[in-house]
Amino acid sequence: MSQTATSAQRRKRFKPPLWVYKLASPAYFDHLAGRIIPWLLFPGLVLLSIGLVWGLAFAPADYQQGDSFRIIYVHVPTAALSMAIYMAMAITAAISLIWRMRLAAIISRNCAPIGAACTFLALATGSLWGKPMWGTWWVWDARLTSELILLFLYLGYMALHDAFEDPEVGSRAASILALVGVINIPIIHYSVEWWHTLHQGATLFKFAKPSIDPSMLWPLLVMLLAFALLSAANVLMRSRNDVLERRLQPDDD
Amino acid sequence: MQFSNWQEFLAMGGYAPFVWSAFALTLITLGIVLVIPVRRERQLRRQLQRLERLHEQENSQ
Repeated sequence: MSQTATSAQRRKRFKPPLWVYKLASPAYFDHLAGRIIPWLLFPGLVLLSIGLVWGLAFAPADYQQGDSFRIIYVHVPTAALSMAIYMAMAITAAISLIWRMRLAAIISRNCAPIGAACTFLALATGSLWGKPMWGTWWVWDARLTSELILLFLYLGYMALHDAFEDPEVGSRAASILALVGVINIPIIHYSVEWWHTLHQGATLFKFAKPSIDPSMLWPLLVMLLAFALLSAANVLMRSRNDVLERRLQPDDD
Repeated sequence: MQFSNWQEFLAMGGYAPFVWSAFALTLITLGIVLVIPVRRERQLRRQLQRLERLHEQENSQ
């Protein structure tokens, strides 16, 4: 008797706060997303324009790499976001597994195409940077290979998610894959320290002063913020569409 | 400004093919990924309106 009371109490204590339940309501999410999206999308587009002009025309050329170094302004933001978006995808996947929260599952699924696009761009722009600087489009070193695995994780997640007749089962299976794949994120990040590699070490994300001149750093930060805002807007737009689509299904009342 | 004229800017210090294709590819991909949800939303809202109109007709009858 007392045991059921404590378990009921425990269940009560672990209840998520009220706003979590409010978020789960489709109409409320539609309203909230509609208010947030413009604040991400338009500053994102403005910052992207500023960052492009700044990085391409006003930032100084690198003393070793010349103007080819300008590829950094699309390479580093897409590479950083390819990992950040994966973490967002994995965290929302965990939330959807633990609390069976449908909205978290929707957001997790919509992180995947954006993360995949960023990973593809990080690989492609890296290749376009590698050819003139290293003399090769591709090398099977730790950084490049682990980033390629990240692309396959995103594609595998999407394929697995949509492969089941019961969408709940697909969502759960894909969420587990997303969580297992988290192991790859520190591998990507530390690959340039753990193994001998052609890829240069970290410029920004390390526990020390960034090894880049402020005149080159600022446009990079602008581009990074632009890509982050646009990615967040994109995930929210796609998630809102999924929520809208559920309202179109007659059995979902 | 790091370049003194347009030709110099477009030449990118001899790295034009690499620099411009990296930026073009990024912007094209970004554009595609962004246009997809915008178009889908327009389509969904239209369907939702049609459904609501249908409900109203049913209720008034």
